[in-house]
Amino acid sequence: MSEIHKTMTIHLKIWRQKSPNDQGHFIEHTAKNVSEHMSFLELMDVVNQELILKGDDAIEFDHDCREGICGTCSMVINGNPHGPEKATTTCQLHMRKFKDGDHITVEPFRAKAFPVVKDLKVDRTAFDKIITSGGYVSVNTGSAQDANNIPIGKHTADLAFEVAACIGCGACVAACVNGSAALFTSAKVSHMALLPQGQAEREQRVLNMVRTMESLGFGNCSNTGACELSCPKEIPLESIARMNREFYCAEVKERPEKEIGGF
Amino acid sequence: MSLIQSSMGRKLIMGVCGGVWALFVFGHMAGNMLILVGAEAYNKYAHAIVTNKPLLYGTEVALLSTLVFHVIFGVVLTLKNKSAREQKYAMTPNGEKRTSLASRTMIYHGTIILFFIVYHLITFKYGKETFVTYDGVQMRDLHSLVVEVFQQPAYVMGYVVCLMLLGWHLSHGVSSLFQTMGLNHPKHTPCIKMLGKVYAVVVTLGFISQPLYVIMTSF
Ligand code: HEM
Ligand code: FES
Repeated sequence: MSEIHKTMTIHLKIWRQKSPNDQGHFIEHTAKNVSEHMSFLELMDVVNQELILKGDDAIEFDHDCREGICGTCSMVINGNPHGPEKATTTCQLHMRKFKDGDHITVEPFRAKAFPVVKDLKVDRTAFDKIITSGGYVSVNTGSAQDANNIPIGKHTADLAFEVAACIGCGACVAACVNGSAALFTSAKVSHMALLPQGQAEREQRVLNMVRTMESLGFGNCSNTGACELSCPKEIPLESIARMNREFYCAEVKERPEKEIGGF
Repeated sequence: MSLIQSSMGRKLIMGVCGGVWALFVFGHMAGNMLILVGAEAYNKYAHAIVTNKPLLYGTEVALLSTLVFHVIFGVVLTLKNKSAREQKYAMTPNGEKRTSLASRTMIYHGTIILFFIVYHLITFKYGKETFVTYDGVQMRDLHSLVVEVFQQPAYVMGYVVCLMLLGWHLSHGVSSLFQTMGLNHPKHTPCIKMLGKVYAVVVTLGFISQPLYVIMTSF
């Protein structure tokens, strides 16, 4: 009879770290009878069950939707954020992408701006700070106007949608040699710079978001392109170029505070 | 705030300064190809440059200032980048998510290029001075100095390695500069990337061909 349900043995090397200030270390664990249909997070669940039965603490990792839309899951799997598959989050990565007997190293996203909370869990509040600094639009009060009053070309809508797909997982930062948040920030800047609703704050937004980004300990973009390759939503490098244009123009046009409205 | 106060502004300045050098190395390579024509053409070309003081000093000031900015900001940005990840990974992106080695090692080939530039100036610009006279005009005989230097196999080997590193620097640098300046478009970027690599190869092969020509014609 043909084997419908293939199982495999996976040799894991997993990062464990008690607290942000703990040095951290790798533990080794061999997972047997791993179903090829499992997601990577389900493998971690099984590993945790085994650890708990042995009396150990479960390995902490972030997850929520488990369907690739919330951006909560993370982990660097064999050197790649979200694992080897392109356009895939860890929760959507299946064990059939690995082979029986494979050795897999699991680490947290590493960046100064993303301190490890525990084990594989990192604090991505820095992204929230970038969003807060500019991720909003002005909306008039009163009754909502007819949506069709704001014409948006199909191509523009598609471009904006492409960058709006960013789920803010932080894989771009994790993949970048410089720990740069340029791809994330550029997705947020682009999303609103492209749409009519974003025009009111367009210049102030890019200035605020870039300055906030630079103040949080992220590195700078050196155009290696690692972020684009690791992005589960395939946000293109083009959006970083757009952010660069937006930033330079806004920066040279920015007026000193006291001059605004004065003579 | 001004552009120079932000890392992104500094990166733009360092990139544009690198671009000035990228244009210069092409011109320098193309002009020096006169070595294939002969001693007289080579020396007269050099003489025309050094006697045109506005051109000479203008170029020197432009090259020195752009190099200073490129190096200082290059080092400053790289240091900040290195500090953005204190705890290193056990493994780094690989497979389909791997990036080019050149793009991740700019500071290393850049530093070697810096030492090369200094050594290169000492060897040639500030090297031994002998003179020749063509059509009654006395000028520096750079050609004989270049031939003498290029006849040393050890020197040529080092020279070839440095120029290959320059080519490697340019293979990422040229197209990267377009991205830094905000010029990325699905219609043009594939072409820019390809031309950036071609540019790097042309500059490198052009420069390397000169000592190889000297070696091959001197036996
Ligand atoms: C003939 C000499 C040189 C040329 C033509 C050149 C050209 C370039 C170009 C075009 C770039 C791309 C800039 C961008 O991405 O916008 C670049 C980047 C870079 N160069 Fe140079 N360069 C030269 C010498 C040097 C030297 C002497 C250093 C020494 C430290 C250096 C260090 C760097 C670094 C670190 C980067 C990347 C910076 C980043 O992306 O953050 N380069 N170079
Ligand atoms: S858990 Fe929501 S994207 Fe992976």
